[in-house]
Amino acid sequence: MRVDKALSKLGDYSHAVLVVPSDGGYPLSVATSFKVIDGTVEVAPVSAGSSVIRDTSNARLVFSHVRPYPGVGYDQRRYVELSGALSVTAPSWRFAPSAARGWDEQELSFPELVQRAIPQGRRYLAALSAERGQPVKPQMGLGWRFFLATRLPFLTATIVPVFLGLAAAAYDHHFSLGLAALTLLGAMAVHLGLNVANDIFDTLSGVDDVNFTPTKFSGGSRVLQYGLVSLRQMMTLAAVFYAIAIIIGLVLVAIAGPGLLWLGVAGVLISYFYTAPPLRLVHRGLGELAVALGFGPIMVLGAYFVQTRQYAWRPLILSIPVAIFVMLILYANEIPDRFADAKGGKRTLIVRLRPAAVIGGYVAAAAVAYLVVIVGVITGLLPWPTLISLLTIPIAYQTVQGLRAHFESPYQLMPYLGKNVNLHLFTGLLLVVGVLIGILVRR
Amino acid sequence: MVGRDAHGYDRAVAATMGVRAMPPPVIELLDKALVAELTVIDEQGRFRTDPLIPFWDGRFILMTSSMLFSRKLQDIKRNPKVSVSLSDPVGIPAQPFSRATIQGDARVIDTDLHQGWYRLLPLWEAKEPIIKTFLKPMQKLGLPLFWERAVIEITPRRVFWWPAGDTTRDPQVTDLLEVFG
Repeated sequence: MRVDKALSKLGDYSHAVLVVPSDGGYPLSVATSFKVIDGTVEVAPVSAGSSVIRDTSNARLVFSHVRPYPGVGYDQRRYVELSGALSVTAPSWRFAPSAARGWDEQELSFPELVQRAIPQGRRYLAALSAERGQPVKPQMGLGWRFFLATRLPFLTATIVPVFLGLAAAAYDHHFSLGLAALTLLGAMAVHLGLNVANDIFDTLSGVDDVNFTPTKFSGGSRVLQYGLVSLRQMMTLAAVFYAIAIIIGLVLVAIAGPGLLWLGVAGVLISYFYTAPPLRLVHRGLGELAVALGFGPIMVLGAYFVQTRQYAWRPLILSIPVAIFVMLILYANEIPDRFADAKGGKRTLIVRLRPAAVIGGYVAAAAVAYLVVIVGVITGLLPWPTLISLLTIPIAYQTVQGLRAHFESPYQLMPYLGKNVNLHLFTGLLLVVGVLIGILVRR
Repeated sequence: MVGRDAHGYDRAVAATMGVRAMPPPVIELLDKALVAELTVIDEQGRFRTDPLIPFWDGRFILMTSSMLFSRKLQDIKRNPKVSVSLSDPVGIPAQPFSRATIQGDARVIDTDLHQGWYRLLPLWEAKEPIIKTFLKPMQKLGLPLFWERAVIEITPRRVFWWPAGDTTRDPQVTDLLEVFG
């Protein structure tokens, strides 16, 4: 923090704490009143009894504030620490600041402060490890580390399209529970492999290290940054997921026929090369398209093909709204990541576009998603109960409003990123419900 | 009674002070304070002050610091001499308000960063009830390293107390060497 900026903030504080050397080598800190005058701080003389306060170049002037918040604790945390020289010439004492540091949670959110402090945490653990002669690591149960590393809650992005493909197959009189379970398992393995691989390559490229504003929807799982899981463990985890996905995929190809093969290969390749070199699709502004294809047509058509052994227009049409909304999850999640992404060379659409264009793009894409459903019903390709999915339009509207209002505030954006995830989930599930109601209505 | 004692204080001055226990008004401040200013000395001999919540367990002033904000911990390990200031009339809702400074010797307890600090939880919850919510497993996942924490245990040596918070007047000084030394 610059000294002049620090001085300009002192009007927000009721008092100062003067810190000076005292007897026995202890610091002595005494509250006092103050006034900023011409780049220096005039402080009221204080008494420390027999401890005499003298001129010193090693003084601190500290300003600290919290607001009590009954039933909660406190908020409005802020402080400023000025380093400098104290002159105790009567009648007033003068403090000449030479350096400043501090924090104001209204200017730098606490989660961001924590992210910025990670290197200090690592240094402390390294020092502790050296002190004890054995590695000291942060602790977290294996289950929670798995939960974090794989970003398990995002599996809804896979469950929705697979269910949609299965519902479409059921609409066409094909359904095997065993194949459905195997399909879901394979699709989840690809998705988890993608999540883990994404963290590995974003860490190797430095993107996640310079991202100080991760949210639970963006910025990766952070397990590598936190030292909770090693790079080697993440690589093993990704390899295991991809191996499971490939084995299940081959079993399904053997059962359903070679027509599934190209879809499966495309799914695994898109998943892996999403962040992996040499393609690094997301670095080229192709991440949204890759995600839309992978979590839309590929999964919906794949689940449909396994059941029916053929491709059809209905599942393809059904996959489009889901593809668009899953793409919009990524698209909106990249808003808080955009500075870190730009630094790491990840030229996402959000990095490339102006904020107004980003919002405009979102609105246009959501409109197309709903339009596809309406046109699908009008043309008879989709059963009319799928119109129930239009019930999520208010969520889309609220999301757009939130993205527009909080584009520059990562943590205020979070509730709207959550709504955005729900938009995909609810629209997808309502489409599933619509198709299933269509089966009942048809009978 | 000349020269300096084991803690570096002037023996002649220390001998003139009360030497029984932490003065009750200062205990009241410690019990009510939502914030105190902890000053440590870094390896270059410079001061560094951070605001922290203080707790009083009847013998020690206790504080806890995340390993993420651990410079003060490393400084204390090198030089345990610290000062704690109770100064903020807003952040210390004690009636009547007064001010105090406690000089003491600090010790960092970081043998179990994950759970060792949980012994402070009842004291912490009393001042910041929201902390229970943050400690729920799903909440903790958001900032896992923040919850890897050390305890700072400060043995008070000398207490300066300013009735009504008026630091322009002489403080009452209590030397606690004989009680806790």
